Amino acid sequence: MHGDSVSSAGPDSAQDARPIVSARGLTKSFGPLAVLKGVDFDVLPSQVSVVIGPSGSGKSTLLRCCNGLETADGGTLDICGKRLADHGRRLPEKELNALRMHVGMVFQSFNLFPHLTVLGNVTIGPRRLRGMSAEAAEAAARRLLDKVGLAAKADAYPATLSGGQKQRVAIARALAMEPLVMLFDEPTSALDPELVGEVLQVMKDLAREGMTMMVVTHEMGFAREVGDVVSVMDHGVLLESGPPAQIFDAPRHPRTREFLQAVVTRDTARPREAPPRPMPPAIDDH
Amino acid sequence: MNFDFSPVWNGWHELAHGTLVTVEVTIGAIILGCIVGLIIGLGRLEPRRRVIYGLCSAYLSVVRGTPLLVQLFIWFFGLPFFGIELPAFFCGVVGMGMYSGAYVSEVVRGAIQSIDRGQMEAARSLGMPYGLAMRTIIVPQAVIRMIPPLGNEFVAVIKNSSLVSLVTIADVMHEGQKIISVSYRSLEVYLAIAVVYFVLTNLTGLALRLAERRLAVGGLVR
Repeated sequence: MHGDSVSSAGPDSAQDARPIVSARGLTKSFGPLAVLKGVDFDVLPSQVSVVIGPSGSGKSTLLRCCNGLETADGGTLDICGKRLADHGRRLPEKELNALRMHVGMVFQSFNLFPHLTVLGNVTIGPRRLRGMSAEAAEAAARRLLDKVGLAAKADAYPATLSGGQKQRVAIARALAMEPLVMLFDEPTSALDPELVGEVLQVMKDLAREGMTMMVVTHEMGFAREVGDVVSVMDHGVLLESGPPAQIFDAPRHPRTREFLQAVVTRDTARPREAPPRPMPPAIDDH
Repeated sequence: MNFDFSPVWNGWHELAHGTLVTVEVTIGAIILGCIVGLIIGLGRLEPRRRVIYGLCSAYLSVVRGTPLLVQLFIWFFGLPFFGIELPAFFCGVVGMGMYSGAYVSEVVRGAIQSIDRGQMEAARSLGMPYGLAMRTIIVPQAVIRMIPPLGNEFVAVIKNSSLVSLVTIADVMHEGQKIISVSYRSLEVYLAIAVVYFVLTNLTGLALRLAERRLAVGGLVR
């Protein structure tokens, strides 16, 4: 699958729809360090928008701004029609909580709740926040666990799961809130190489179903195959955006070319199983 | 040198009653201490909430920074100066409980802050308000980490409770002193009192170890 032929509910059908995520001139600094230097960024409904770029380029910060885990210092950010960040002001707490229920988040380090079973992890949101009965939440959770291939693990505690299983539970937990958009923050970066595939497969299935997704990743294969739009970030600037074919085969920006070169050399030198990846060390668990 | 434990045997009834009072004061102080500690500890989580943080920090520095005996005397001998006369037992429990609360607050704060930041982020990302995330995600995980240092604190409360004998509460220490004052067998009586505290503190330690094991579910204890 390439470019705009990705899914039936792909970008064509969503062309005239309002973007789910829309950033204009977004800036963010941590102390003296400018992490975002005026980023314009859109995600349309049912689009899979992949953000790539070197470590420290600001891509994770951009993603974390989209559910209010970080507050942008400047510019505007609209999520699902709500102005989440408005020139340094964040949406009031109550509205932010309501908005977050529509924005699913998947973390690099999973962040499952270790004191709850898998089922508890997936049902706590619907039960506590959407007022679902225990029975209804459990039924929905079991369907979601089945979808991510973990129906048999419903009563297990997270500590007994592999990294790939944990991340799939984390995806199910986010989906249980029936979000309008899913944010993925390097969802496979903490996984052992042989476990990456099962998580990417779940994400592909989601994309095929028409879920709106914003994915920060180092998985170039995923970006090329599943992405409708690929954006390249570097030093807090969005270098370029476009269909994967354009970004990977005919990048316009020299820094994009440099980055891709570095990644491609790494990936082709020793494919998939190669243990030394230029990434943060795998965090197995807390 | 010959020991004579007969005053202890003859006074066992008074000592037993005193032990009961010690247990009552201690349990009251521990319960109050946990409540106070939870409030002060939660209040000191977020320095940006200046007023709450400042008040809780002031409490900690005053209560932890002055001797328990002085605080007990203020409750019992000092307050009547303002026309407030409180029963001795009440002064003992409240004085000890508020003192213990200062220490418990640091246990609470330390345990909560030791929980990975990602847990709060994950809870908030679902849409949970801060309080709900604290109650359902953070505190349940923190509780088990509080148990070992709480054990220390509870043992300290049991032993410190001997000070309430000085505000006329008839605890085991107080009863022992009375026996000594008529029998002059101080070593024997103090040894008996030591045994009482030894048993109480070690039973407490055992109970907490059992509680820790019971609470350990899933990946909470490694």
